Amino acid sequence: MSSDAIAIQTAEAAGRPWVETLHEWVTTVDHKRLGVLYILYALFFLVIGGIEATIMRIQLMHPHNDFVSPQVFNRMFTMHGTTMIFFVAMPIMFGFANYLVPLMIGARDMAFPRLNAFSFWLTAFGGLLLYFSFLGGSGLYGAGNAPDVGWWAYAPLASRAFSPGHSSDYWTIALLASGFGSIGTAINIIATIISMRCPGMKLSRMPLLAWLNLVMSGMVLLAITPLSAAQLMLLVDRYLGGHFFDTQAGGSATLWMHFFWIFGHPEVYVLIIPCFAFASEIIPVFSRKPIFGYPVMVGATVCIAFVSMSVWAHHMFTIGMNSYANSFFTITTMAVGVPTGIKIFNWLGTMWGGKIQFRTPMLFCIGFLFQFLIAGLTGIMLASSPFDWQLGGSYFVVAHFHYVIVGGILFALFGAFYYWYPKITGRMLHEGLGKLHFWLFLIGFHLTFDLMHIPGLLGMPRRIYTYEPGRGWDTLNFLVTVGAFVQGIATLVFVLNLVISYFKGAKAGNDPWDAWTLEWSVSSPPPDYNFASIPAVSSRRPLWDLKHPEDPDSRYE
Amino acid sequence: MRMGETHCQADWRAIVSRVAGVLVLLAGVLLAAGLCTASPRDNPVPSIFEPHSTPAESIRHLSYFVLAVTGVIFLVVFSLLGYVVVKFRSRVADREREPAQVYGSTQIELAWTIIPILIVVVLFLATARVIHAIQDAPKPAGAVEITAIGHQFWWEFRYPALGVVTANELHVPVSDSSHPTPTFLKLLSADTDHSFWIPQLAGKTDLIPNRVNETWLDPHETGLFLGQCAQYCGTQHAKMLLRVYVDSPEDFNAWVRAQQQPANEDAKEAVGRRVFERTACLNCHAINGTNGAGRFGPDLTHLMSRRTIASGAAENNSQNLRLWIQNPDSIKPGSLMPAMKLSDAELDALMRYLETLQ
Repeated sequence: MSSDAIAIQTAEAAGRPWVETLHEWVTTVDHKRLGVLYILYALFFLVIGGIEATIMRIQLMHPHNDFVSPQVFNRMFTMHGTTMIFFVAMPIMFGFANYLVPLMIGARDMAFPRLNAFSFWLTAFGGLLLYFSFLGGSGLYGAGNAPDVGWWAYAPLASRAFSPGHSSDYWTIALLASGFGSIGTAINIIATIISMRCPGMKLSRMPLLAWLNLVMSGMVLLAITPLSAAQLMLLVDRYLGGHFFDTQAGGSATLWMHFFWIFGHPEVYVLIIPCFAFASEIIPVFSRKPIFGYPVMVGATVCIAFVSMSVWAHHMFTIGMNSYANSFFTITTMAVGVPTGIKIFNWLGTMWGGKIQFRTPMLFCIGFLFQFLIAGLTGIMLASSPFDWQLGGSYFVVAHFHYVIVGGILFALFGAFYYWYPKITGRMLHEGLGKLHFWLFLIGFHLTFDLMHIPGLLGMPRRIYTYEPGRGWDTLNFLVTVGAFVQGIATLVFVLNLVISYFKGAKAGNDPWDAWTLEWSVSSPPPDYNFASIPAVSSRRPLWDLKHPEDPDSRYE
Repeated sequence: MRMGETHCQADWRAIVSRVAGVLVLLAGVLLAAGLCTASPRDNPVPSIFEPHSTPAESIRHLSYFVLAVTGVIFLVVFSLLGYVVVKFRSRVADREREPAQVYGSTQIELAWTIIPILIVVVLFLATARVIHAIQDAPKPAGAVEITAIGHQFWWEFRYPALGVVTANELHVPVSDSSHPTPTFLKLLSADTDHSFWIPQLAGKTDLIPNRVNETWLDPHETGLFLGQCAQYCGTQHAKMLLRVYVDSPEDFNAWVRAQQQPANEDAKEAVGRRVFERTACLNCHAINGTNGAGRFGPDLTHLMSRRTIASGAAENNSQNLRLWIQNPDSIKPGSLMPAMKLSDAELDALMRYLETLQ
């Protein structure tokens, strides 16, 4: 486990002008730089998507508000959903996977560095194309600019009859492009994990983060392909006179729903499994214990991946499927709760008997556990299809999936930022600002998304730009908006922390958390090609073995 | 090191108090929401927990059961989490020593696999029973049959057996358990996807083009029940509101008889009627007895019997109706009704005519 670096002449080292540094970043095929590019790109779109959410929340603050027109509001929720899923969550997961997987399995780079760069730029192009629609989207007189058909683009609303002009085309092609990027990166992650592990790193010794990203990448291959196929079919419908989804000519609106959700549901797990991975790395280190039930954690993840491929139609309980289909998708959906519960219990088992240190990464992971528990339980409610006939399509379901995506995914991601930022930049994030960020965000989150369940129970449907007064929704919506602003302020604190700590943060050293996986054996930031000599491992926690030669893990595995 | 200790304690206390605060707030809001729904006849708050119809009531029973089970799971796991966070926080005294390294336990893993499986089985059986009870319910002889057709952005209701066509405001008879008269709706769409949802009467069912769906209501109380389109259908999805009047049998029969009447053909209003027949109105609207038979917009034969216009977006009074005809965007921007650009004289005549369409 040498911390020597392979001597590589870089632009910075030579003190050359910034244009050359920029050129190096644009043409880079280095997994760490591409990881950072993915993350920065996603953070940029996180701010954009956040602004769109804020515009919606201001509009919904009061009944009959006219802050924005219905046309603008419809664009906002379409762009918010599309942006957050495809251009924030997916790239940020790929960014962390790109950066961490080779380091954690003792490899010098990804298996296909140039495919890696290609995939990133394809995804980046997709995002820019989507946003170019604001300028170039209007094709026909009176047609809007940015996409406004919702992030599901249900047929036949996205057909040319109901969505003239080019706004839906920007949506389609942007997702097609970024989808190919995602497939490329998924192939790359799988190939890297299968074939680039260092000596001694059997599959059963891989860090859970690598395992979970392997499962996630496999799911990306299975989930993105039907979406891409559906996008092509939509393009054929729109321009070549196809009738796949053209209901006026015998096409099927529900066919699109099936295609979309057989992507859409596994997608949720594509996003949350890497977050399980973050929690599975962070919780052990700050509890000072190894992960409880490692093989079960791997098995439960694989199990989630399999079962989640057969639950998609729970997004379609209201489309009039027969009682057998509704029963089938009820039981499969509820069944996902079992392996998910196992994971929560194993994290609790990891903390049990430990010495828990409440540093910022751990605080975010505890927040993640708490909120993910609630999100899972509201998921069980939605899985019960008759209950879903009331809850689905209402603000309850909006609150539910934001509990998953913000309360679960984003909290775990913030934890990951605080945990690996020192490795990536060489400097610690400020702990005080971090705690401020955590508490502010926690308060804002609960104010917004706890209360948001209730208008749904009182009959408020989603995707409405305004609502009637006197239905019991007014005060709740006002408070939800207040909470959104608190979250906005907390996010500013986070961004501030990222920037200030980059210049002024305390030096991190190789291993600031006294952790156990290979990325902490190299300098921060890691040298080019990571490892001067490829390490060899004999357990799941190579650095534990190194620090505790009297009691190494390898003795028990 | 002393500092570190107090810091840790402050953290867990803050977690506990924060969580307690949120729970208290939630309970308060739920209670307030419950109080708002107290009035039985007019139902301004369409709460799913205040059902007045068989399918919505079965769903409420099921939802109480699911809420109870998930509530218990929440309490158990949350208590565990709270206990772990408090009990196993790092203390100063033995910070230097690592805790015992435990790798797992097969018995415990088995326990927390099998117990959730049992819970899932119970929840599934309870759910399947309600799915069957609602979806496979037989249609009794006395059932009222209605065809509901979703349009961008309004509702068309046809009563084929009664020869009634109306829009946006559905009238159904109250159903008595000794003499049930439930309402069965066939759901169609003329354009994009919509969803029919009156939370207090039944869960939602989508209206999908090129597909026939069904739902049914079995209301036990008279009164007005509110709902709205619950599947995004385009620009004015938000103002595709839905009103259901549950009438006593006598009121319902009287309403049907009134709707079956031909349109008023008072010769005094022939001028206004000609305006309707000579302008673009009749491309989209039908009025019985005129040559207007359009189906793109609501049937206006008994326009004045409805309390709202523009699918519930505005009260049906002469001021709003005038505004709606001259500039629909002022009430419902993006609605598919064009501004009619009538002269004042034409508009006055048309208004006088429309106001006779009781």
